[in-house]
Amino acid sequence: MKLNENQETLLQIKNCQKSYKKDNSSELVVLDNVNLTLKKGEIVGLLGRSGSGKSTLLRIIAGLTPPSKGKVTWKNQLLSGPAKGIAMVFQSFALFPWLTVQDNVQLGLEAKNTPHDQMEKLSEEAIDLIGLGGYEKAYPKELSGGMRQRVGLARALVVHPDLLLMDEPFSALDVLTAENLRTDLIELWVEKKLPVKSILIVTHSIEEAVLMCDRLLIFSTNPGTIAHELKVTFPHPRNREDPAFRQFVDRIYILMTHRNPIKVDPNNIDIEQTLTNNYVALPKMSMNLMIGMMETLYAEPYCGRADLPQLAKSLQMELDDLLPIGETLQLLEFADMAEGDIILTELGKKLVNSELDVRKDIFMKSLIKNIPLIRSIRSILDERTNHRASAERFRDELTDNMSPNAARQTLSTIIGWVRYAELFDFDEESEQFFLDEDDKKIEKD
Amino acid sequence: MKKQNIPANVTVQIKPNIFDVITIICLITLGVSIATATRHVLQPLNMPNAQLIHLDALYLPGYALRTTLRMFAALFASLIFTFGYAVLAAKSRKAEMLLIPVLDILQSVPILGFLTFTVVFFMGLFSGRILGAELAAIFTIFTSQAWNMAFSMYQSLKTVPEDMKETARCFGLTGWQCFWKLEVPFAIPGLIWNMMMSMSGGWFMIVYSETITVGNTNIVLPGIGSYVGIAIEQRNLTAIFYAIGAMLLVILAYDQLLFRPLIAWSAKFRFETTQSETETTPWFLKLIHKTDFIRWVTEYINKFFHKIANLPLGKRKIITIPKIVSTKTSDYIYIGILCCLGIVAVIYVYYSIHNQLTFNDILYVCWLGFLTLLRVVSMIILASIIWIPAGIWLGLRPGWAKRTQVIAQFMAAFPANLFFPFFVVGIVHFNLSSNIWLTLLMILGTQWYILFNVVGGASNFPGDLREVVKNLHINGKLWWFKVMIPAIFPYYITGALTACGGAWNASIAAELASWGKTTLVAKGLGSYIALATKQGDTFKVGLGMVAMSAFVILFNRIVWHPLYNFAQRRLSL
Repeated sequence: MKLNENQETLLQIKNCQKSYKKDNSSELVVLDNVNLTLKKGEIVGLLGRSGSGKSTLLRIIAGLTPPSKGKVTWKNQLLSGPAKGIAMVFQSFALFPWLTVQDNVQLGLEAKNTPHDQMEKLSEEAIDLIGLGGYEKAYPKELSGGMRQRVGLARALVVHPDLLLMDEPFSALDVLTAENLRTDLIELWVEKKLPVKSILIVTHSIEEAVLMCDRLLIFSTNPGTIAHELKVTFPHPRNREDPAFRQFVDRIYILMTHRNPIKVDPNNIDIEQTLTNNYVALPKMSMNLMIGMMETLYAEPYCGRADLPQLAKSLQMELDDLLPIGETLQLLEFADMAEGDIILTELGKKLVNSELDVRKDIFMKSLIKNIPLIRSIRSILDERTNHRASAERFRDELTDNMSPNAARQTLSTIIGWVRYAELFDFDEESEQFFLDEDDKKIEKD
Repeated sequence: MKKQNIPANVTVQIKPNIFDVITIICLITLGVSIATATRHVLQPLNMPNAQLIHLDALYLPGYALRTTLRMFAALFASLIFTFGYAVLAAKSRKAEMLLIPVLDILQSVPILGFLTFTVVFFMGLFSGRILGAELAAIFTIFTSQAWNMAFSMYQSLKTVPEDMKETARCFGLTGWQCFWKLEVPFAIPGLIWNMMMSMSGGWFMIVYSETITVGNTNIVLPGIGSYVGIAIEQRNLTAIFYAIGAMLLVILAYDQLLFRPLIAWSAKFRFETTQSETETTPWFLKLIHKTDFIRWVTEYINKFFHKIANLPLGKRKIITIPKIVSTKTSDYIYIGILCCLGIVAVIYVYYSIHNQLTFNDILYVCWLGFLTLLRVVSMIILASIIWIPAGIWLGLRPGWAKRTQVIAQFMAAFPANLFFPFFVVGIVHFNLSSNIWLTLLMILGTQWYILFNVVGGASNFPGDLREVVKNLHINGKLWWFKVMIPAIFPYYITGALTACGGAWNASIAAELASWGKTTLVAKGLGSYIALATKQGDTFKVGLGMVAMSAFVILFNRIVWHPLYNFAQRRLSL
């Protein structure tokens, strides 16, 4: 660590904010008050949920999008646009399908007008280093996902960048391929064979972050800020079965599910916010997924309480898949999350143990109680003589405090839920909510 | 709480809403005007007023209505043809062997050349009545739509997912039920899209075919096309402006009232498990949904259709073990009969033409075909040089891309022959070479396909690749030739292929143009066919059409198909 502090500073970000203007003049802040210093010789991980703005931060550093406020300095110079010396690896590989492996790798050199013989030498070096020898003349379509990402890596490394940015580089790969690629990369890094000074990697896999990085920045959502900073001191190669390693991973889980200081949407809105925003954004969440999760939690070996890292491992789910389920169950009062555990509530247990009709009834009551949007749609439908209401109006209301995409997603999730609960229905063609004759009545308290 | 148990779709509204009133009034107006327009059809040709076209703008709405009605009639005929021809080809293997190659050739035949034959045929059927001429015109439009639609239907029927077919078999649906419940819904999105695309060609043909001169028969059908025809004869530019305005309105109405709603409606038949981005519902469809009267009528029609679709006609589909031997023998017999018929046809054609046409005629026509080919190719190159950079520039800007696509699609649908007079006036006025300058007319209508597709390709250029481009600092020559042009190439090929086919077709209208008494001719296969049509020389028209079809087919096989395959294999994302 001491070594790092004396090292030269590559990148510095001060009070960075990123927001998007919306039509009704309000702003959607995705990144707020981000400070970051990157030094030579370290791998830094940005860890957080989807929508926490970590990919946006990466793009700001890459010069692909400017920050709304704040200052980004790269090698003591203000960053404006894509800088030389920063290369990026993409989640989707982003290879040009009409170029061979070699042509893809050489593209960056060609753009720099590198002389031909030097270009060949450099690209051959990069291709061999990353284990692509023999594949030079192949087209990306002929390669497996793992090999494609190797091309992406080689393309970034061939220009000998000072900083390598990686945007969830392994999340489009299967578990074994990702492991293989990660190990190779770390090996090259440790042996100092990589022609880069520093790596910044965005991921939502906690284990991956702990396996690779020297320093972790944990993001919170709404708006995205750096909530925690952790140093990882395990020597490479790291063993994920090591108790100390497991404990470290557990700690991060606890940090990420803890109610404070991370504001976890939607359970953790402060009172002021609740008054203005009646409606919270809901993730894509099907009934089957929620009930399946509750049944899993109820059954052996969890018996109503599960350790999140363990659960994630046995279900082969990343934090990104697991947390939204947990939070939604929490919102509907079927489960609680604390100390990195998820615990089924009595209501949740009752729901698991019930027949379909009772399940629907429990679900309906919970929706009416906990989701204000559903409550207001239903009461409007009850009031109207024709029992119809246009969805457009609610979508507009939602976009007052969330992005149009989130609003669409929220409505679609709600439609799935109310159909299951038989609260009301949705007519896709006319985009209207309506009451059907067999929709249940609500007893008013 | 009691009121609540009323089903939502029988909404209790005692008063009919305002939309109902408007709708009913519109329907009555439409009915009356159609009746007036069609009454004219049964009149004899030599009636004094039957062929008089007034250049007064007041008459234009009436003419526009006539033109539109012809379009509808042709569309209806194309639908019927599609359901017969395509279904037969898809269901019977033997029919397929014959029908599909025939369709492939029919697609390449220059449509305007058909006029000679159809006019003679239909005038013979209904001698002395306008109906004959009307039918000939309608048939011309029909030929510009039907092949395309039939192909689309055939392809859909052939690619119904196997698991859906198995489901239908499990439920014991009869052939008839399976057809209406599974196969037709599956084919609808493709069919409607193709219908809209071939419509563009249709407007061109209709404008051309309303003034038919075949040998001694000179027919003028009231419509926008004949209005322009008379305006050209009388050198009246203002009238041509009026006609262009009327045409714009008609196409706009067609697009907004018919095709936008139809396409939005057909989206629900798409076989995709993932929900695609919800596009905005067209305003007219929204209006229909809001109008109780229309809802009531469509519901009624729906029920009726369901009843028909449910009729237990045909056999239940049971898996049968195919009798391989007998089909093979019957295949040979079938192919044998076809071959015999083919030989008889060749002999017949040879004997009927060998007195009329000499070998030199054929050579001459090939030379003319080569000239027109040169024109087509140079025009495609010219349009590409202009529209590829423009299309890429526009396509990469999302705001512009959407607007450009709408405009390009509209321009492609607009019959370019309405603009011909302006060019001809220019050529006459500046005394330019018609051999060179008439060539421009060929690409006038079809260049938009290139723009449309290039814009589509550029706007589909993935965001992550854009970021790579920025990250690697790619620009200049490298950007054009290693990134953007390969990226749009598959789209460009589709556009250029369509534009090329359209240009061949347009050559018949473009290589022979007139303004008042002045007639301009560009030497080529198009003008050869056009002149032969005017003279009523059936054999020459036939020869010209065969030559042009051969050129189109060869060009497709030698140039476009390999390019298309290459683009699909190597360049598609």
